[in-house]
Amino acid sequence: MGHKILINSSEIQIILHRLACQLIENHPNLENTVLIGLQPRGVFLAERLISILKNDYQLNDILYGQLDITFYRDDFRRSDKPLEANKTNIDFVVENKNVVFIDDVLFSGRSIRAALTAIQSFGRPKTIELMVLIDRRFSRELPIQPDYSGRQVDVINQEKVKIFWTERDQQDAVYITNIS
Amino acid sequence: MNSLSVPHLLGIKDLNKNDIELIFKTATHFKEIINRPIKKVPSLRDITIANLFFENSTRTKLSFELAEKRLSADVINFSASQSSVSKGETLIDTANNILSMKVDMIVMRHPYVGAGVFLSKNVGATIINAGDGTHEHPTQALLDSYTIQENLGEVSGKKVVIVGDILHSRVALSNIFALKLQGAQIKVCGPLTLIPKHITSLGVEVETDIRKALQWCDVANVLRVQHERMDINYFPSVREYTQLFGINKKMLDSLDKKIVLMHPGPINRGVEITSDVADSEHSVILNQVENGVAVRMAVIYLLAEKIKRN
Repeated sequence: MGHKILINSSEIQIILHRLACQLIENHPNLENTVLIGLQPRGVFLAERLISILKNDYQLNDILYGQLDITFYRDDFRRSDKPLEANKTNIDFVVENKNVVFIDDVLFSGRSIRAALTAIQSFGRPKTIELMVLIDRRFSRELPIQPDYSGRQVDVINQEKVKIFWTERDQQDAVYITNIS
Repeated sequence: MNSLSVPHLLGIKDLNKNDIELIFKTATHFKEIINRPIKKVPSLRDITIANLFFENSTRTKLSFELAEKRLSADVINFSASQSSVSKGETLIDTANNILSMKVDMIVMRHPYVGAGVFLSKNVGATIINAGDGTHEHPTQALLDSYTIQENLGEVSGKKVVIVGDILHSRVALSNIFALKLQGAQIKVCGPLTLIPKHITSLGVEVETDIRKALQWCDVANVLRVQHERMDINYFPSVREYTQLFGINKKMLDSLDKKIVLMHPGPINRGVEITSDVADSEHSVILNQVENGVAVRMAVIYLLAEKIKRN
């Protein structure tokens, strides 16, 4: 099982700052905007972005939640492994808010489809956008595209994109791993 | 670890510790969901569930029905009093007729011990026992333990006294199995006529003094006297029962600690507990009802996961 590095730590820093800039360019001061990190792995990206927005742009009152989509997935009773849920943490309603979903890798688009359903339990958002670190653009099974993307990656289905975060994995890096 | 070890929920006796932990972990996710503005998830939209109640029930039936609906399952309800059972139909025939309408799961309450086991061996559906005679009521025991865990952090090592009619209580037996599995210490307290003769073989102690039992425990689970299951007199009068085993505010105030007071319902106010106790800060009776929906959602969801897709 071979793997090669796709994005290194300093490149990730540049991408995170760019994504933060793009976000506040479209959502000045994040007024009426909420950031939703998708469980489990989108949360790391969301929290990194929030710390940049706080430290570099003094945006201290960011509405941020974590959404778990397990019970909204379309592969319940279809996958070999039972689905494992994570915590949802949204203590506000999203009625008439601009919602930005934040996830690490956009692959088939099915998680985002589930998230679009799940978020409706918290109200009817005004708009929903999607930000991802990695967009595997030729792997889509549904008509879903990101609004903000860190890097577009073209990999074949036998390859897996793995993202490492210092908080959990002691380094920031994106690897491509061969799973065949 | 993230799948139940059983295809049906017939009794706590069939479960292991991991099953209970998995049910509780899943129930916690569902508890968050049922407190959202929109309390529904689409997980079970291709599952149909029949609620077969051959015995009266208010809370359990509503709780199961709500849990099923919150999971987006299709639900059909059946009560024995309005059915062909009163025309002489057998249990298997009734169940098979319902199954031929393409039902995936049956939630059943029945006055006979072992009715759930019998059905699971004779019909091709997932069975959840919602109470079989004086035998087991597994989802009640699960929600009781879940409520203890929620209030005291964990069940292991906690002292639980079950008060009242132990002899006729499926809640008591399921609770004993569940609490034992999680490492709690258990005493039962009630008139000796209402305590099964060999109960100590389950690893529980018998206490006949309600004051001593309350002083000992962290949690008191108070049961109703089941007059409808009594064919002889087990104690002289309800008034005497209340005097000897009823819990009142004065008793609780005299303890040097705060205990958690539970009751599976329906409460006979003024018999096993007084009204002010049922409504006091000790009581978690309404939390039990809320947790009941979340725990039943978890059980239904985890069992549905095991149903093969056609």
